[in-house]
Amino acid sequence: MQLAQTAAAAGTPYLNINNIEVIYDHVILVLKGVSLQVEQGKIVALLGANGAGKTTTLKAISNLLRAERGDVTKGSIEFQGVRIDQMTPSDLVKRGVIQVMEGRHCFQHLSVEENLLTGAYTRKASRADIKRDLEMVYTYFPRLKQRRGSQSGYTSGGEQQMTAIGRALMAKPTMILLDEPSMGLAPQIVEEIFEIVRDLNQREKVSFLLAEQNTMVALRFADFGYILENGRVVMEGDAKELASNEDVKEFYLGLSSAGRKSFRDVKHYRRRKRWLA
Amino acid sequence: MQFFFEVLIGGLLSGVMYSLVALGFVLIYKASGVFNFAQGAMVFFAALTFVGITELGVPFGFALILAFGAMILLAIATERVVLRQLVNQPQITLFMATIGLTFFVEGLAQGMWGASVRGLEIPGIQDEPLEWMMEATGIGVSKFDLFAAGVSAILVVVLAIFFNKTRVGRALRAVADDHQAALAIGIPLQDIWRIVWAVAGLVALVAGVMWGARNGVQFALTFVALKALPVLIIGGFTSIPGAIVGGLIIGASEKLGEIYIPPFVQSTFGIETSLGGIEGWFPYVMALLFLLVRPEGLFGEKHIDRV
Repeated sequence: MQLAQTAAAAGTPYLNINNIEVIYDHVILVLKGVSLQVEQGKIVALLGANGAGKTTTLKAISNLLRAERGDVTKGSIEFQGVRIDQMTPSDLVKRGVIQVMEGRHCFQHLSVEENLLTGAYTRKASRADIKRDLEMVYTYFPRLKQRRGSQSGYTSGGEQQMTAIGRALMAKPTMILLDEPSMGLAPQIVEEIFEIVRDLNQREKVSFLLAEQNTMVALRFADFGYILENGRVVMEGDAKELASNEDVKEFYLGLSSAGRKSFRDVKHYRRRKRWLA
Repeated sequence: MQFFFEVLIGGLLSGVMYSLVALGFVLIYKASGVFNFAQGAMVFFAALTFVGITELGVPFGFALILAFGAMILLAIATERVVLRQLVNQPQITLFMATIGLTFFVEGLAQGMWGASVRGLEIPGIQDEPLEWMMEATGIGVSKFDLFAAGVSAILVVVLAIFFNKTRVGRALRAVADDHQAALAIGIPLQDIWRIVWAVAGLVALVAGVMWGARNGVQFALTFVALKALPVLIIGGFTSIPGAIVGGLIIGASEKLGEIYIPPFVQSTFGIETSLGGIEGWFPYVMALLFLLVRPEGLFGEKHIDRV
């Protein structure tokens, strides 16, 4: 807590990613200098198409990259003013940074409740504390309480996404890296999950960095947004501004005021835009 | 009928001995998805280390603790030197690594303690029939076999509680389900692997002492592991109770098969056979049949596919 205060006093952001480069397998350059900041208590959206580098950015922060033969070769990542790029995922979870992976990744053969309990693994908390936190998770996700005894492999996609977020909450994080929560879910469920994310942000004071392809929904719930393209940040701004930006509307929301354009024009236009940025 | 029951009970109890070995496989497979080919070598290593220590004049109980210590060291070394380097490699790579490990561990054991065959006595437990049982029913049941069954039962109960009720046990199952997700929520894989290999080492020690007491501590102990394979296929690779039930089925069926198949063949086909050694291959045929009908085994985890 003290650390956070001193960091805030010095004007450094909560999570600060400074010009990182990520290389997979020693040869494939995936991120080409990404910088972004998350301020404490905010929801920041990381947007972009498939393969833009959203997931890689999140994994660089949570350091799950190393297990996939990826490596941060340049730049720095700081959390609360401390360099975290060499820390193990386990240390990061203890510090309050946790990732909810794309595709849910629930422990399929464990029950929903057991899944949640595994989230508390890194904490040296008493049984009573863990029980209380479990109830807290159930108040956010009442559906999980109903299904607490079912094997999570047999629960629905939405329930699995809830389990994955609830499991992360059990680690008592202050910063959740949420990867593609809307993937493969019905729009209603997506809405429900984003509502809960907002609730968690406001009531539990958890900051979120969320990678999302569903630009429209993400910008509605986020405070700030970054748009990635080919491993670079090509645009950033207030979520509301981004949502009303003509280029974003055109490229990511599929809304255009000028009718249809041919793909070649778009590509050219995008490239020029990028250079100007 | 008396004879039938004697064979059946003998078979069931000897099946328990297979279960003991199969348990070690299940543990490691459950927690890391690795089929540990070296389990047989670990049984041999444990038994030889234990006997070696007792030969130095150390009392039975204390020698057990020391041998367990050696198994823990082996587990830590395995994690450091082999597993840690191979994170996120394909399963087959890890499997090959355990084959390499097998020969190394066998060599290490013999290098430290010599290759001669040794006897092993569990104090107070002899391989002789239970007298009151013999008198009352005329069925001979070995005291040693009963003791082995008791030990296995205790081991299974302890392991089941460990896996289902404790924080670490839950983490072990989580790692088995999804390495990456476990890593993401902060479960340190290295610790988990060390723990599970150490527990598998403990199981190998118990199995090694039991098998050593029955057959002598010798290189042939490593082949016991091969008998555990059909047990695993029948019981399921991921189930502790499965390892026990599988062991019982294999034990009973191979003994009954040995006794009753040759006369059956003779009477139905009228062929004079010198059919013998059925014990040797019968379990594998059983396993094959199970693979056709129920590939995940009796208690194995079903592969969950959402459609």
